[in-house]
Amino acid sequence: MKKKFKGLRLVFLISILMMVFAGVAMAAGADPTGASYATSTGQETISDVAVAASKAQYSANFVWVMITGFMVFFFQCGFAMVETGFCRAKNAAHTMTMNFMVFLVGAIGYFLVGFALQFGGSGGAAGLGTGGSVLNGMLSIPGLGGILGYKGFFLQSGGTYDAGIYALFFFQMVFMDTTVTIPTGSMAERVKYSAVVISSFFVSMFYYPLFGNWMWGGGWMSTLGKNFGIGHGAVDFAGSAVVHTMGGMMALAGAIVIGPRIGKFRKDGTARAFPGHDIPMAIIGTIVLFFCWFSFNAGSTLNAGDFRLAVVATNTMIAGAIGGLAAMFYMWAKFGKPDPSMTANGALAGLVAITAPCAFVNAISSFIIGLISGILVCISVSFVENKLKIDDPVGAISVHCVNGSWGVLALGLFADGSYGDGINGVAGGVKGLFFGDAGQFLAQLICFGVLIVWGFGVSYIWFKFLDKVHGLRVNPEVELEGLDLDEMGAYAYPDFLVVKSELDSFSPDNAEVKQSNKVKVSV
Amino acid sequence: MKKVEAIIKPEKFDEIKEALNHLDIKGMTIMQVLGFGNQKGQKKFYRGTEISLNLLPKIKIEIVINDNLVDEIVSVIAKTGKTGNIGDGKIFVSTIDNAVRIRTGESGDLAL
Repeated sequence: MKKKFKGLRLVFLISILMMVFAGVAMAAGADPTGASYATSTGQETISDVAVAASKAQYSANFVWVMITGFMVFFFQCGFAMVETGFCRAKNAAHTMTMNFMVFLVGAIGYFLVGFALQFGGSGGAAGLGTGGSVLNGMLSIPGLGGILGYKGFFLQSGGTYDAGIYALFFFQMVFMDTTVTIPTGSMAERVKYSAVVISSFFVSMFYYPLFGNWMWGGGWMSTLGKNFGIGHGAVDFAGSAVVHTMGGMMALAGAIVIGPRIGKFRKDGTARAFPGHDIPMAIIGTIVLFFCWFSFNAGSTLNAGDFRLAVVATNTMIAGAIGGLAAMFYMWAKFGKPDPSMTANGALAGLVAITAPCAFVNAISSFIIGLISGILVCISVSFVENKLKIDDPVGAISVHCVNGSWGVLALGLFADGSYGDGINGVAGGVKGLFFGDAGQFLAQLICFGVLIVWGFGVSYIWFKFLDKVHGLRVNPEVELEGLDLDEMGAYAYPDFLVVKSELDSFSPDNAEVKQSNKVKVSV
Repeated sequence: MKKVEAIIKPEKFDEIKEALNHLDIKGMTIMQVLGFGNQKGQKKFYRGTEISLNLLPKIKIEIVINDNLVDEIVSVIAKTGKTGNIGDGKIFVSTIDNAVRIRTGESGDLAL
């Protein structure tokens, strides 16, 4: 009896409490559906309406650009995992840390100098407020066009302390970081950590921003259309050229200058396989990159009101998927197994290639572009290794340089004219060769030529120079032992016995490798 | 005292361990090892480059026992570990001179 009474009392108490809470909630004017937030008071003026509309549009834009920017930052994680997974366990801490460090260096280099050179004369982004108009300092060559900007050093010079400019900086900085990190892949397992630190400053302060200015900052390649009537000028929606080919060209130059890993090639020139130590890590990294790529490309509208962003994201998905699938089937047919590392490379190749044309093509074109990338990356990996005798542990050259270039040219072929009105100051949609505008393809070819001269040429000279004054490569003893302890002071896996393969020692069959300290390794 | 060293397929380890548990053994040491036998590994491709997997992963069991248990243990391992395919492994038997239990200092058969 007593027990029952106690139970009733509890129910009574709870009911009272609920009523009290309900009362308090009602008293505060709470609205469970939120419908009342947007009702009119009947007192608004036209100007109130204009302010509210404008604020709504800008807040959507800012949130879109910032959130996609945050996710592009996560590219760093994807690259770190892909590269480290494809390397041997004895170099895992070195490779992983390198991929993190390049962000730290890149952010500072871009903040101090890079952003101003790239966007100092760009006029800002239309979707990010009117403050961008102070970015009006462009150094130009008469008869050619702009070559570098000079406002926005430290996000301060020239009155650039502006929310829209900060948003633009944030988004562009994380983009730039991709270019810095790509060469670490092709030079992994033998490059000096200190050389990568120095090199990352060079990339973030000069190498990337200048080319970026010519394409995206209002520089001379983007005005080829306006000034010389060549299509819409060189167009690159989200960075097949600016980000990926620039990184890929540097990866190519770096791998040539630094030379192959000890034991990679035999005396007769044939290659040995150095299997990656953690394929699951590389696959997770690939999925992280794939996910962030939606932000990379769709975020590049820099405007939440540009509904084309749905086309961009979908094209990105299709090209990446068919790229991975094509590579998988190619390897399966040729070597009997669906090679996991090449399947990952194939998806990344498709994504790299669609990055420039993603906004200007339809889904069928994306499919074709991605399909070609998937095959291209397999052929290229074999060509780079067996014909050029260049050692690229992770496939950075084939994924970023070869397929980035393919993406730049593909835009000039497949753009269907449905998008890009007014881009680079030229009226009408961007049309490729297959849709009737040979001029656009010419503009893309010019861009490709500049990529070879500025991208490959300058980075080749840079690495030769750095090799002379500082040295690019660790000593052979360190390379054989693994870079983790000597370079970083920490093993990646101290609790595990890392079993070294027979390739981790000098073999009389090894091809000779020239070391940076000019000591030839006797083998 | 004898030492039985058995190099076996990793996927057979649990089964063999269970079978040995039913015998009167006083301990066992296992190791993950790499090795090759008559087949000299397998040929595979990594990123399109041929790779000779010269060394395949195996598990090595070491058991030191009294002489009278040797035949039984060897036959249990040979029976349980057999699939009939290449790569089933090998068993080696050798003589042990002495053993010492570190905790008590006992030696010889007492230490087992």
